[in-house]
Amino acid sequence: MTIEILGTGCAKCRALEESVKQAVAKSGKFAQIKKVDDVAEIMKYGVMSTPGLVIDSKVVSVGKVPSVEEIVKLIS
Amino acid sequence: MWKDAVDSLVYETLGIGGRAAGALDFFIYDTVKIFLLLAIIIFAVTFLRSFFPTEIVRDYLSKRHPLFGHLSAALFGIITPFCSCSAIPLFLGFLQARIPLGVTFSYLVSAPMNNEIAIAMLFALFGWKVTLLYIGFGLLVATVSGLIIGRLDLEDEVLIKVEPVEGELPKCEMTISVRERLLEAWKYMADILRKVWFYVVAGIAVGAFIHGYVPTDLIVSVAGNDAWYAVPIATILGVPMYSNAAGVMPLIEVLTQKGMLMGTALSFMMAITALSLPEAMILKKILSTKLITIFFSTVALGIMLIGYIFNGVLG
Repeated sequence: MTIEILGTGCAKCRALEESVKQAVAKSGKFAQIKKVDDVAEIMKYGVMSTPGLVIDSKVVSVGKVPSVEEIVKLIS
Repeated sequence: MWKDAVDSLVYETLGIGGRAAGALDFFIYDTVKIFLLLAIIIFAVTFLRSFFPTEIVRDYLSKRHPLFGHLSAALFGIITPFCSCSAIPLFLGFLQARIPLGVTFSYLVSAPMNNEIAIAMLFALFGWKVTLLYIGFGLLVATVSGLIIGRLDLEDEVLIKVEPVEGELPKCEMTISVRERLLEAWKYMADILRKVWFYVVAGIAVGAFIHGYVPTDLIVSVAGNDAWYAVPIATILGVPMYSNAAGVMPLIEVLTQKGMLMGTALSFMMAITALSLPEAMILKKILSTKLITIFFSTVALGIMLIGYIFNGVLG
């Protein structure tokens, strides 16, 4: 599974990265976490409110930092 | 009703009199009223906004005629969530959807100006009339600034080229339940209150002090006169205060009670929210200095004009 974090380096994007790492560890799944900070790449997903969370090329959350539990639910 | 309760607490139960009583009365009354209204309004606005993600607005705007585009972009600025940290993807996303530069700016002026904290504070402190005036004139500034910027052929001043999408825009669809939206709004409200409570209390405290101790004459002589420079000074002073909008508003309330002209106050409030230095620094990555300067000066001129008109009509 590939998890992508879309964001241009704002505080919320870092918070999301942290939550995703925790969620992955908690779920015990194997996942590749990728940070996408190139605006052109972010645009391709049609996301305009960062941070965005993309799991296996599907946008699952935009403009907010979901809690660790929510992310666990999203990846399992 | 609440005013009477605080009055009786301060003057009868605690038995304080004089200036200290005036300041304390003002502080208790304002603090409770503001926090209650802040919480309710931020919660309600955030909940409503969750139904209007920027992505949907972009879709809508890209299909409109440019003439209506400016006004609808400014209107959408009210109901969509906006955070200056996502100004860049937003800006490029709009251009990607072939939304004209001027229309994009109309949105970019309106969105931070009509942020939920400013609206909640205005409503709590000044009531619905001033809030509506603020929103109405804000829309006007956003629409006209966008129209002007759109006429200046500044497309080359955008430093990153985003290829316009052919055919359908990338979709990002999510289904969110009402329960989730409510929960999200609640979390967001708590988050905002945690962030701003100190500034709000500090602002009210200073306001209460001015209310109780600083003579009206002094305020009138400094901020209340109709000298031509009052409005530009208020506008310039507003620029560095973006992050403290919540703390500055209670001060403005007291200043207007003490004789500051409403137009000057409106210019001040609009400058605080619409002309944000952090946002300019962020936009600097994708826009030329020339474009940012034009953007800031156009909006600043519009804000000052409104201050003058207002002072002239009501002053």
